[in-house]
Amino acid sequence: MAKYVIKRLLLMIPTLFGAAILVFLLMRAIPGDICYLRMAGGGASVDLDVVRQCRVDLGLDRPLWVQFWDFISGFLVGDFGKSMWTGQPIFHEVALRFELSLQIAIMATAVSILIAIPLGTISAVKQDTWVDYAVRTFSIAGIAVPSFWLGILIILGILITSKAWFGQSWMPPITYRPIWVDPWYNLSMLIWPALATGYRYSAVATRMTRSAVLEVLREDYVRTARAKGVFETLVIRRHALRNALLPVITVIGIEFAFLMGGLVVTEQVFNLNGIGKLFVESVENHDYNMTQSLVMLVVAIFALMNFLVDIFYAWLDPRIRYVR
Amino acid sequence: MNGRRTRSVVCLALGALLAATGAANAKEEPKRGGILKFVVPDEPPSFDGHRETTFALIHPIAPFYSVLIRINPDNPASLTDFVCDLCTEVPKPVDGGKTYTFKIRKGVKFHDGSPLTAKDVEATFRHIVFPAEGVLSARKAQFSMIESITSPDDETVVFKLKHPSGAFIPVLANPYNFVYSKAKLDQDPRWYEANVMGSGPFVFDKREAGARVTGKANKNYYHKGLPYLDGFEAIFAKKQSLRVQAIRGDQAAIEFRGFPPKSRDDLVRALGKDITVQESDWNCGLVLTPNHSRKPFDDVRVRRALTLALDRWGGSHDLSKIAIVKAAGGLVFPGHPLGMTKEELQKVAGYWPDIEKSRAEARRLLQEAGHPNLSFTFLNRATDQPYTIVGTWMIDQWKKVGISAKMRNEATAGWFAGLRAGDFDVGVTANCQSIVNPLLDVAYYLPTGRSGQQMGVFKDPELEKIYDSMIKLGDVAEQKALMARFERRVMDEEAHNFQIFWWYRIIPHRSYLKGWKISPSHYLNQDLSGLWIDRDL
Repeated sequence: MAKYVIKRLLLMIPTLFGAAILVFLLMRAIPGDICYLRMAGGGASVDLDVVRQCRVDLGLDRPLWVQFWDFISGFLVGDFGKSMWTGQPIFHEVALRFELSLQIAIMATAVSILIAIPLGTISAVKQDTWVDYAVRTFSIAGIAVPSFWLGILIILGILITSKAWFGQSWMPPITYRPIWVDPWYNLSMLIWPALATGYRYSAVATRMTRSAVLEVLREDYVRTARAKGVFETLVIRRHALRNALLPVITVIGIEFAFLMGGLVVTEQVFNLNGIGKLFVESVENHDYNMTQSLVMLVVAIFALMNFLVDIFYAWLDPRIRYVR
Repeated sequence: MNGRRTRSVVCLALGALLAATGAANAKEEPKRGGILKFVVPDEPPSFDGHRETTFALIHPIAPFYSVLIRINPDNPASLTDFVCDLCTEVPKPVDGGKTYTFKIRKGVKFHDGSPLTAKDVEATFRHIVFPAEGVLSARKAQFSMIESITSPDDETVVFKLKHPSGAFIPVLANPYNFVYSKAKLDQDPRWYEANVMGSGPFVFDKREAGARVTGKANKNYYHKGLPYLDGFEAIFAKKQSLRVQAIRGDQAAIEFRGFPPKSRDDLVRALGKDITVQESDWNCGLVLTPNHSRKPFDDVRVRRALTLALDRWGGSHDLSKIAIVKAAGGLVFPGHPLGMTKEELQKVAGYWPDIEKSRAEARRLLQEAGHPNLSFTFLNRATDQPYTIVGTWMIDQWKKVGISAKMRNEATAGWFAGLRAGDFDVGVTANCQSIVNPLLDVAYYLPTGRSGQQMGVFKDPELEKIYDSMIKLGDVAEQKALMARFERRVMDEEAHNFQIFWWYRIIPHRSYLKGWKISPSHYLNQDLSGLWIDRDL
């Protein structure tokens, strides 16, 4: 097992290195210049000498290989450098936003689980009935509806409903307070994006749960349990669902990793100061250092999640580690 | 929106505006207290006003600083009414218009308790005009008329100019000229990039990166009785739809940059008397630039045809209903004493009152140049307001003279890159300035190399000669005459660049916010000291 774990760990190195080269080159292939953007982005007049000096300040006048070496050597020792846009340490900028992104990811995952597992199970048990069709329509709608659009609808819905019921338009707060500082304020802000995103991700998990439960329900041991006269609810809960959850948990785990860095649009819609919003802004601003660091962070999270899933499977099924 | 609804919305907006004006006329008694929450569409990269150019720095950071002079906060719509902030009187120049001596207020203190003297003012302008090695000063070139800055004592600052300049006082009133502490600048010339310490009406409280900046009232502010507010919270919100909803849902009282007409109408319809709308022409111009280095735009006849095809007077009326543009004007901000009158403007190509005659001339010029069915692609910024909306309108206008144009929309960075690389036939750009200072604002249109913003790739020594003569004049009438020559040369005779429309600033805000008056620029009058909140409406 130890040999297998080391092998999987070593495989992460070329993945990270490949991602580093790719993001470094792609960022520089995108047309645009951070200095020009910063000095004249709003249409203001700018002296070209000032733009030139800005480029020197940021080290953009140096050869590409020197810039790459700075990036990769810093990454190896855990020094991500400073944001080219704000001049603040990247670690500090990311840490500020990590808490919010983590909370949203947890809440959205919880929403996703709460929707997906009951609905997926009911859909499987009531296969080809109107209940099944209703659940499938609901889950397909979740895949089809973009979460940012759902977010806008939620905000408008709250504004209109609050005006109609209370005479005053109310909308969720647009600045963040940690949950331990003001739980009510925190939840009244984050519950809506968690619902919008959770519903989106529940759609995939619902369909996965349905398929997995249907497969398990056809197994011999389920038939045996039923033949023994075990109550149907117990058959579903103890025998079918428990065995069907493994692939569902895998999907949810990968979705969680995606949520950590992937809520780029939802964060904009709800004005959440998270990693996704930082990502979009750093790309827009041509902040190479920040974008590279964020990409590497997300790649590292995905690589780690894949590694954990591999280890988990190997632990569950010893044949996997022996074959390799 | 149907006609009836449109009329209702307009009536409500006007009603709200009249109500606000009426209230202002009644000289309401300001109320004290409260925290003003406002939304800002962007976040400033640093805190240093001398270094940055974005309005996103002005809105959350300007309230922490004093300036030497400024546009009159009681009359911010004025284009020439400059008053003192830290000085005691705006001086008249001596020495043939070359020396300005400012007396500085006594008893002003920085937020750390240290006194603010003329030495700090001198150090501030040295930091802007003669920056130390490694210090970026974004507007250094605008102060090229200054020869020296001295402070013979703690209450006097003397500016000596190389030549008389009508641009000097307006450029001094630029809202980015925050007065910094000499001690801090001596300690580190880049200290202000990451720190805030001024002498303005509000004291810096905290910044949460990506989220907000907060400030508290300065109890020792030298303008006695101000500020009225206890503090403010500037909330960064990138998406326009969210900013509109934030005002609707009372998460913010105002956004100081501006909304499109549709958002104004939505807010007025949803909030009725709880919303007040202020509107103004905006010191931002949408500019069309043919690339002279590409055929057939090296031919002045083709360039003139492009502008002659545009019905600016009709477009102004129609587009102002859906986009943040309105005035059809020349290169000088509409209504400024140095600008052309409407009658003068109507003699310039592209502004003729008879659009059919203008289009016939455009067709004739294209025929003569051998391009009766001209076809080209123009580079535009992929931003609806007002770029792509006006771009779509231009395609239709050009079609009427047989020109087939396609719009290539690029995100901001790509748009800049395309313009800078000369990778375009015709480009749409913007000229946005803070203080209305036509002598400096029109420098944008100088030939390539002389102006950092000129993307047209051309040389024109005659144009430079007119400009150089104009900026050294002290007499307004002479300046006006040369400015008219400059404008005609740029827009008509040589057809280097064309002003398409001036932007239009629309600010719908919560009616409980009082004391704020709109100005022609979203950079001006933003120290928040005269604002108050009155929720007992």
